[in-house]
Amino acid sequence: MPYPTDYRYTREHEWISVDGAIGSIGITDYAQNSLGDIVYVDAPKVGDSVSANATFGSVESVKAVSNLFSPVSGKVTAVNEELKTAPDKINEDAHGMWIIKVELSNPAEVTTLLDAAAYEAFIAEETAS
Amino acid sequence: MATNANSPESRSTGPRTLGKVRPHQTQNEALLFEKSSPGKRAYKLPPLDVPAVDSAKLLGAAHRNAPGLLPELSEIEIIRHFTRLSTWNYAIDLGMYPLGSCTMKYNPRVNEFVARIEGLAEAHPYRPESLAQGILEVFDLLQRCLLDITGMDAITLQPAAGAHGEFTGILLTRAWHESQGNPRKKILIPDSAHGTNPATAAIVGYTVENLKSNADGGIDLEALTRQVDGETAALMLTNPSTLGVFESQIHKIADILHAKGALLYMDGANMNALVGKVRPGDFGVDVMHLNLHKTFSTPHGGGGPGSGPVACKAFLEPFLPNPVLVRDQNGEEPCPDAASWESQNADPSADGCPPLFRAPILKPDGERVGDTESLPLHPFGGPLRWDYDRPQSVGRVRAFYGNTGMFIRALAYILANGPDGLRQTTEDAVLNANYIRKKLEDVYELPYKTASMHEVVFSDKRQAVRGVKTGDIAKRLIDYGFHPYTVSFPLIVHGALMIEPTESESREELDLFIAAMRSIAREVEESPELVKTAPHSTRVSRLDEVQAARKPILRWRPKS
Amino acid sequence: MRYLPKSDEERRQMLAEIGAASIDDLFSSIPAEYRLERDLTVPRQQAESEIVDYFRAAGQKNATDYASFLGAGAYRHYRPVIIDALVQRGEFLTSYTPYQAEITQGTLQAIFEFQTMIAELTGMDVANASMYDGSTGAAEAVMMAVRVTGRSKAVVAATAHPEYREVLATYAKHQGLPTALVGYDNETGRIDLKSLDAAVSAETAAVLVQSPNFFGVIEDIPAIAQIAHAKGALLIVSIAEAVSLGIVRPPVEADIVAMEAQSFGVALSYGGPFCGVIAAKEQFVRQMPGRLAGQTVDGAGNRGFVLTLATREQHIRREKATSNICTNQALVALMATIFLAVYGKEGIRELAEHNLAKADYAAKTLGSQPGAKLRFKGAPRFHEFVLQTDEAPEAWSRRLMQNKIVGGIELSRWYPELHHCTLWCATEVVTRERIDAAAKVLAAEVVEA
Repeated sequence: MPYPTDYRYTREHEWISVDGAIGSIGITDYAQNSLGDIVYVDAPKVGDSVSANATFGSVESVKAVSNLFSPVSGKVTAVNEELKTAPDKINEDAHGMWIIKVELSNPAEVTTLLDAAAYEAFIAEETAS
Repeated sequence: MATNANSPESRSTGPRTLGKVRPHQTQNEALLFEKSSPGKRAYKLPPLDVPAVDSAKLLGAAHRNAPGLLPELSEIEIIRHFTRLSTWNYAIDLGMYPLGSCTMKYNPRVNEFVARIEGLAEAHPYRPESLAQGILEVFDLLQRCLLDITGMDAITLQPAAGAHGEFTGILLTRAWHESQGNPRKKILIPDSAHGTNPATAAIVGYTVENLKSNADGGIDLEALTRQVDGETAALMLTNPSTLGVFESQIHKIADILHAKGALLYMDGANMNALVGKVRPGDFGVDVMHLNLHKTFSTPHGGGGPGSGPVACKAFLEPFLPNPVLVRDQNGEEPCPDAASWESQNADPSADGCPPLFRAPILKPDGERVGDTESLPLHPFGGPLRWDYDRPQSVGRVRAFYGNTGMFIRALAYILANGPDGLRQTTEDAVLNANYIRKKLEDVYELPYKTASMHEVVFSDKRQAVRGVKTGDIAKRLIDYGFHPYTVSFPLIVHGALMIEPTESESREELDLFIAAMRSIAREVEESPELVKTAPHSTRVSRLDEVQAARKPILRWRPKS
Repeated sequence: MRYLPKSDEERRQMLAEIGAASIDDLFSSIPAEYRLERDLTVPRQQAESEIVDYFRAAGQKNATDYASFLGAGAYRHYRPVIIDALVQRGEFLTSYTPYQAEITQGTLQAIFEFQTMIAELTGMDVANASMYDGSTGAAEAVMMAVRVTGRSKAVVAATAHPEYREVLATYAKHQGLPTALVGYDNETGRIDLKSLDAAVSAETAAVLVQSPNFFGVIEDIPAIAQIAHAKGALLIVSIAEAVSLGIVRPPVEADIVAMEAQSFGVALSYGGPFCGVIAAKEQFVRQMPGRLAGQTVDGAGNRGFVLTLATREQHIRREKATSNICTNQALVALMATIFLAVYGKEGIRELAEHNLAKADYAAKTLGSQPGAKLRFKGAPRFHEFVLQTDEAPEAWSRRLMQNKIVGGIELSRWYPELHHCTLWCATEVVTRERIDAAAKVLAAEVVEA
C-alpha cells in the first residue's frame, strides 16, 4: 500500500497532512489493519490542546483499544463528526479520514517526523520482528 | 465469512464429535416482553389485613403515574421461558470447562441446600447479635479454616469478588505504608497478570509499573531488583503464575521486596494448586485474596456472585476493613484448653449449636488472649460480635459484612473435604493438568518448558502457519461438546491456549478432551476452513460483535 | 473423596503415563522448606448429613421465629418459589461468564431482559448487568461522574445510607475526590436544598442522593436535579429499596441511577450476596462500569446476544479500565429478572401499594402510642419511618425481643443528633397482628407506670 508522500508519520502509526498552519491527523492503513474493525473513536473537543507525543484520544475495536498519539502540539480546530456514527470509514480509507485538525503551535515539529519511505521501512521492520 | 449452520454443506460434513455430543432440538424463545399481553398474571398477593391507602394522595408529586413496561405473563410461560433459555447454556453440570485460572470445579449441591436454610438465608444483617450467633459462628469457622489454609494471621470476608479483594488488599498495603510515613507511588505487576491487577492498582491511586517475565515465564529477579525502590509499594504476584508455573524463587522475591520496605501481594486465583500442599504465608506473602468461586466451589452462576476474602499477616491486621469479627472472653479467666472449657460448659451443644472452632478471644480491654492449640470442634470464650472500634481501619469496602451466602457454601465445601480431601483435591488438579500437557505437547506448542502445576499454557504457533488461531480452535472445540479454554491470555504468550481442567474431571472426560484437541489439530492440517468457521453445531453461529459495539442495542424497546 | 471422580488405580496409571514416579514429583517445584508436612487444621471430613446438621443447628441458633421491623438497606419480601426452582438449574447455576456467546445465549438473553426492566423501572436509557451491591454501585457511579465531567469533587446527602457513604469514602480517598456532606431538614427528613445549593460548585462532578432515603423519606428529585445541573454537576440517585419503583415516580431527572435490586427476590442472607445495578442516560454508556449485554445477529441473521463494549473493562483496558470489576452478581440478577417477570407491570405496583399500606398503618399505630411520635412527617415516605420515643430504645427493644419481635434499628449510632430515634420498616410480609403486638409492647412500660 503506497503511503502518501506528502504526509508525515509517527512510530505510533499516525499520519499528519499539513496545509498552511493547520495539520490534519489520522491513523495509517497499517494501524487500521492491525486493529481490525473499528467500533469507536474517542476524540478530543474543539478547543482542546494537544502535545507532540502525548495521547489525545483512542481508537477501539471489539477486542482492543489503541491510544492515539499526537504528532504535533497545538489546538484542536475541528473534529471529524462522521466518525461518531461511522467509525468504520477509517477501515475503508485510513489515509482519507482525518480524525482531528490542529492549529500548529510549533510547525518545526513536523520536520522531526518520518516521511513515507522511512515509515514504510519502519513497518517493514515491525512486521519482520 | 461464517458458514450458515443450517446449510446442507455443514450438515453433511457434520462435525465429528467423537461420541461426546449429538444434535438435539432446543426450543426457541423470544424475549419476555415479546410474549407479554395485558392482563396475564403470575402473582397473587394475599388480601391486605391493614386499611388500603390512596397512594396518589399519600405520595403526591412523588407518585408514579406511568408504570414501567414490565411484561405481563403467566407462571407457566415464565417457567418455560427460563427453562428454555437454560437449555441454551453450557455448564459445569454438563461437561468440562478447561478455562485457565477460573477453576471450574464441581459446585456441590449440598452447598445450595444449606445456604437456603431458613435461619441463615432469612437473617437480616442488622439483627441483634444475640440473635445472629449461628451465622456468626459460620463466619468464624470459615475464617479460621481459611487462615490455616493460607498461613496468614488475620482475615476479612467483606470483599464481594476477587477484584474487590485485590482492591482491599492494596488498600491495606497503602494504609500500612502511610503509617510508616510514605504511601509510595507504584505497584509492580508482571506482564503475565490478570487485567484486574493493574485496574485495581490504578483505583487505589498507584501507578502501574510493568515487570517483564523471564525466559521461563517467571519473575525476572534481576529486573525485580532493579525496579524495586523506595517508591514501590508492592508487587502483585499470582502464584502459580498464569502460566501454571510455581515461582520457585519465591522467597528471594519476598526478600528483595522486603529489603526495600515493599510488600508482597498475592493474587490467590490459582490457589487450587496450593491448598493443603503449601501456604502463601509460609513463603513470604504479606497479603493476599482468595476467590471462593474458584478454589472453594461456590457456583459461577453465569458471572457471579463471587467472594474475595483477604488474608494478611499480623502487621496489617489493624488496617482491616471494619467491622472485624471478635469473640468476647467468657468470664474473667481465659479458658486455657478444651478440658477447662468443657468443665465450665458441661453440655457444649445445650443451645443446639454443634461445638465449633476457636476464634481470637478478646479481653474486655480489647487485648487478644493467646490462641489455643487447635481442637476440632470446641468453642472458647463467649459470644461473637462485630467490633467497630478500629481506628486504623481502611474503612468499609461494602455495606454489611460480605457475601454470606458464599461463605456458607465455601464452608460446606471445606467440611465435605476435610484435610485429606482438600489435599487430594489439589493433587488431582495438578495430576489432571499434567496429564493433558503430556498428551498434547506433541501437537500443540509449549512456549515454556517449566513444570506446570494445575494449568498448562500452549500457543497456536504450529496452527497459525495454516492461518488458524487459538480463537478458532476454541470455537471448534465447542462442536466437540466442550467449553473453550481461555483464549489469548496470558498476554506474554502469543496466541495462548490456557487450560485448567480442575480435579473434578474424570479420566474419561479428560481423554475425550484430549482426543478432541488432537482431532482439531488434524483438522487444522487437513481442512482448516472447518476450524476457522466453527462452531457449526450451535444454535447461533459466530455473532457479529462489531455491529454490537458500533451500534449498541442494550435493551428491548416496544415498536412505536 | 466423593467429589473426586478418580480411583487410586486411575491415578497410578495417569502418573505412569506422565512418567512421574509419584504425585510428589509434580509438586517438586515447590521448595522443600515450604511444603506443608501436616494436615490442614480444619474439621475432619464430614458426611453430607453431618454438614446439613451443622448448618441446621446454626440456623436454629439464629432464631427463625421472630417478626422483624428491620429495613435500612436490606428488605424482607416474599420470594416466589419459582425463583429458586429456576436458578438452581445447573445450566444457570454452574455456567460461566458468557464470554463464549454461542453456548451461553440463555445467560445473555436473561441479562438483556434484566437490563431492559431496570431501565424501564428507573427511567434511564441503559442499565448494566449488575454491580456487587448498592453501596459499591454508588461509589462506582460517583467515579463514573468524575470520568464524564472531568471534575473532581462530590456532594453527598447525609440522608444516604451511612454504610454506602462509608464505602464511597474508602473509594474516594485515593482518587483525589473530596466529598462534602449536606444535611437534612428537621421537619421533612429530606436533604436541605439551601445547603445543597451552597455545597455544589463548578468543581462538583456529582451530587449523590438516595431516594427513598435512609429515613424512608422520598426526596424531591426534580428540585435536587435543578440545583445539580445548574452548576454542571451530574445527579446520581441511589435506590436502596427497589420495590419503591412500583409506586414512586422514577428519578428521570437523574443522570445515573445506582441501585440495589435485593428486594427483587434476593434473600437477606445476612447482608449478601445482593445485586447492585448502574443505569444511566445513553450518552454516558461508554463510561459505565460493569458488563453489558447487547443485541446482534449471527451469520445466518438469527438474533443473538453478546457481551459488548468490552473495551471499557479490565481485561482489555487494564489500568485504564472504567472499573476493576470482573465477577459481578449474575445469578442474583437472574433472581431479580424472574421476580420482575412474576410480578410484572401490575404486580410490582400492587406489591408496592401493599408495602405502602402496611407501613402507613404501622406508622400510625406505633406513632400514636403514648411516649412515641413520628418524625419527618412533612414529606412523603415509602415503607420506612422514624419513630422517636421518650423511653430509651434499649429498654423497649428488650421487651419487644421477649415477645419475639425485632423492632426498628436505633439511629443514634449513625445520627447522634437523632435522640431516641429508631428506623422501622413494614413490608408486605409483616402482619397486622404483629404490628398491633409491637405497638402494645412498646407502650407497656408507660401503661404499667
